[in-house]
Amino acid sequence: MEEGKRVCALVVDDDRLSQRVHAALLRKYGILETEVVENGKEAVDLFKSGKTFDLVIMDLEMPVMDGSEATRELREMGVTSMIVGVTACEVEAEKAEFMRAGLDACWDKPLSGSAIIAMLDELAKKLL
Amino acid sequence: MATVGQLQKQFVDFSTSLYREFIQLQKLQDESNPDFVFEVVSLFFEDSEKLLNNLAIALQQQVVDFKQVDAHVHQFKGSSSSIGAHRVKNMCVAFRNFCEEKNLDGCLRCLQQINHEYCLVKNKLENVFRLERQILEAGGTIPLIA
Repeated sequence: MEEGKRVCALVVDDDRLSQRVHAALLRKYGILETEVVENGKEAVDLFKSGKTFDLVIMDLEMPVMDGSEATRELREMGVTSMIVGVTACEVEAEKAEFMRAGLDACWDKPLSGSAIIAMLDELAKKLL
Repeated sequence: MATVGQLQKQFVDFSTSLYREFIQLQKLQDESNPDFVFEVVSLFFEDSEKLLNNLAIALQQQVVDFKQVDAHVHQFKGSSSSIGAHRVKNMCVAFRNFCEEKNLDGCLRCLQQINHEYCLVKNKLENVFRLERQILEAGGTIPLIA
């Protein structure tokens, strides 16, 4: 990551374990500012309140508002943040549908260190 | 009584017999997050036991709500894969198929098997923590797993 640029990330997941692990992974690779919310609606509300994030890690299956709907809404609002989907779902059609909602990439859960590195490389190119 | 070296070897053997996800969790632990693995695993135990209880109750209902059962299983699948409990995760995949078919017998069999697999994982993880404590009490350091 470019020095001097503090990257902010948002983890959107209803599973507390995934929240902890993904936040810790981001911190390990230098993303010191991370917020965590429990569903897509909370993520959309955060952006509507004026907050911005460089990177959003979006789970697919969540109560209240799922990842697909939240991603679609964020893109319709004009949000250009990098939104990366994560899912334990194994149905390819559902993953493809999730991508079509407006994701930049979709990864299988659980995220690994190499997945985070790949994401941050793409983010670095985007932020240049 | 086992020496520090013997305890450290047992620790490495147990840790490497768990999947790479668990080893990844150990790598996320550092001075700023010294109890990370213990906290995450404790969360897993807490959530799993709640989910297993909810599943047992849901499957005992007069009219089973398979959508609700599926939601619980999905949650269990996500958390078990984060911790590296692959056999539990694979059982959850089979369980979800039975939910889709609304096959109660299949679901009950899966629940029984998941309970068994969960007990095995819990036992393994508790052994890792026990060994960690014994190593530290004996004045040793916790080996880094590559």
